[in-house]
Amino acid sequence: MTCDQCHEREAVVHLTQIVDADVTTLHLCERCAAERGVEPPTVGKSPLGSFLAAMGKELEGAALPGTPTDESCTRCGATLRDFRETGRLGCPDCWRVFETQLRELVRRLHGSTFHVGERYAAPGVARPDPESELGALREQLRVAIETENFELAAELRDRLRVAE
Amino acid sequence: MIDLSLLTDGGMGWLDASGPGSHLVLSTRVRLARNLAAHPFIGRNSDRERETILRDIDAAARDTVLLRHAASFRLDRLDQADRLVLHERHLVSRELAGLDPNGRVRYGAALLAQDRLALMLNEEDHLRLQCLHSGFALDAAYAEADRLDTELGRRLGFAFHPEFGYLTACPTNVGTGLRASVLIHLPGLVLTKEVSRVLQGLTQVGLTFRGLYGEGSEVVGNFFQLSNQTTLGKTEPELLDHLGKMVRQVMDYEEQARQVLLRSAPTIIEDKVWRAFGLLRYARSLSFDEAMNLLSGVRLGVGTGLVPGVSMYTLNKLLVHTQPAHLAIAEGLPLGDPALAIRRATHVRRVLEDESGRSA
Repeated sequence: MTCDQCHEREAVVHLTQIVDADVTTLHLCERCAAERGVEPPTVGKSPLGSFLAAMGKELEGAALPGTPTDESCTRCGATLRDFRETGRLGCPDCWRVFETQLRELVRRLHGSTFHVGERYAAPGVARPDPESELGALREQLRVAIETENFELAAELRDRLRVAE
Repeated sequence: MIDLSLLTDGGMGWLDASGPGSHLVLSTRVRLARNLAAHPFIGRNSDRERETILRDIDAAARDTVLLRHAASFRLDRLDQADRLVLHERHLVSRELAGLDPNGRVRYGAALLAQDRLALMLNEEDHLRLQCLHSGFALDAAYAEADRLDTELGRRLGFAFHPEFGYLTACPTNVGTGLRASVLIHLPGLVLTKEVSRVLQGLTQVGLTFRGLYGEGSEVVGNFFQLSNQTTLGKTEPELLDHLGKMVRQVMDYEEQARQVLLRSAPTIIEDKVWRAFGLLRYARSLSFDEAMNLLSGVRLGVGTGLVPGVSMYTLNKLLVHTQPAHLAIAEGLPLGDPALAIRRATHVRRVLEDESGRSA
């Protein structure tokens, strides 16, 4: 598909706009999209796109304390830079390795960081005892309050309420 | 060419217009994104790993009652027209079918389907489990998807994190991995110029809208896919309940808009829907977009009782069979052949002729 504006280059941005009642879709190449102030698709769709872009700036400048930019996933070798470029994580373990950064992203995307839906235990793995899960949550809440991480504490409190 | 007869109802039971609210809602889809803990995500695994993923999930699926007799298709072994047909039937995403600009089909990309349930394998996540129902049926679609998810979860090791929930390649799907969407026809709101206000309202309450073919697709024929944007921080029933309430509200708005149109401009509306019917009934050449827009007009006429003798089921079938790949395969022509516009008009004419013959 060619760009609707220059009719020359391949369209890579598909922009749906609502003006009054009309819903129109514009197909634009990267250059024409940039002229209109639309982010190219490598940055992805907002809010993930803007977050990744922001994270990119952090990575280029001073890194977050304790998170060197060259840190890579011990299992698949993916780095945060890879994630910024593709918007996709490398493997399930990336979620553990980049937990701190991902928690912030997940909070921005979903307004929460705690999954409160169905729990899952893989075959052969005992389902976590609900009481011990509650205990772990209470412990996390205590630590969050002690370290004055009140945003996290509020979420933990909500999650405890649901669990109880 | 693929044998679609392997699928129950050709994989199109969802368009029989039997479900609740079918005059407005074409179909309801619930999908769950899952990954196997033992393998890297799709972007970082090898062809051999994708083959293993495919084999393991296929074996687990065939061990369940729900997918024991599933038809399977290797997308990476199908030509473009066949892949497009599966996409036009809403069975596979653009990504799985390799239909994105410069996109190619990923090695190991496959579909398993039986009745209303389908698995997309080696999509952005290892497994995308989906259930497609006719009409507005969020709870029924989720219940069926959940049953299959439980069955598969007992046989496969899904990637799950105590805090983040079901792990996905993209953080926008993490948590429940649940995306529920409702394909709804909103010509009343478009004609009364209220649609942008309503859709913008949805985006402010954690929902999103897309075109007829889902992610990245255009709005054609006044069809909109409404779905949840967030997947984490709420339970599955809460996510469905929220979307359901909002869809019901949109349905009310659409009904009100139609009443306003019928009250304030009855002759204009009557003229519009009959003109659409007349063009479909007699035109000798129809582009896909034109056919979609005219079918939207007739659908409005049928829904408001202005056009008798045409069933929603017939309109749904026309909607599917006039799509580019469906038509090209049925007519034995290559995709994009200029003669397709003529064949499309002939097909529509015959179907409507038969329908009016039956109702006469």
